[in-house]
Amino acid sequence: MQISTRREDKTTIFDVSGDIDLANSPEVRKALLREIRENRTLRVVMNMSKVRYIDSSGVASLVEGLKASRDLGSRFILFGLSGTAREVLQLSRLLKIFEVYDNEEQALAR
Amino acid sequence: MSHMKTFLPLRALDTRGQNFELSRGLLLKLAMRSDPSLLCVVRGAMERLTETLGFSAAECRSVTRAVDEALTNIMRHSYGGCVDRPIAMCFRQVQRRSKRGLDEGLEVLLCDRGPAIDPAKLRGRKLEEIRPGGLGLHFIRQAMDMVEFTRVGRTNRLRLVKYLQPAKLDLNS
Repeated sequence: MQISTRREDKTTIFDVSGDIDLANSPEVRKALLREIRENRTLRVVMNMSKVRYIDSSGVASLVEGLKASRDLGSRFILFGLSGTAREVLQLSRLLKIFEVYDNEEQALAR
Repeated sequence: MSHMKTFLPLRALDTRGQNFELSRGLLLKLAMRSDPSLLCVVRGAMERLTETLGFSAAECRSVTRAVDEALTNIMRHSYGGCVDRPIAMCFRQVQRRSKRGLDEGLEVLLCDRGPAIDPAKLRGRKLEEIRPGGLGLHFIRQAMDMVEFTRVGRTNRLRLVKYLQPAKLDLNS
């Protein structure tokens, strides 16, 4: 997995590629929580378009990011979910709790 | 030398208790260390194996996910994050009698040498709760037809079985 960061105005975009599993979900969690809690970024956006696989520990990292952003009144957004990632979020009945968009343009427009 | 120490228990683990012979439907045996960086390797093997056996694309994904989550649970909970403990996997073709005749299926046996686990803790959590963690067991139960946990001697055994869907196979033929 690779994770890189882009900053635009009051938004941070994480571009993630590869598989998110137990081997690297702690890295995702750490990056998300740092951005939300320490940097107090108002809008954190996850580009999931190149994530091929996400396991329960990866989903848990996303839920932690969402909870932290809610606690601080900021926004946590996902876009570009692959069929597999969408399936996992649906199975865990978590898809509806996230703010999800099809692409970056839509994610940044609101 | 450290490799010897790591992998010696694996030989004892996969031959202990049951004798998986080719005549009993053995498809594949894998032995690995409890290192999360190897999970992607097992997922790759599972994707190909389930595909080869004729599972639908959705079933290939769900069975692969179930095995991945089961291994994750062993690494996290049974071995507490230690990356050099042994895990043995055995994959067999199995059959069951049903109203339709004989159903073919895949049995996955995962063995580890962690401490005994309280089966009551293997229930997972309610999905209504929005909180991180506890989803792995839900994914496993959702994907598989049979999930059985047993403790045999010093070995934890998780047996997962998934049967092919005859109706779906007929549609494709």
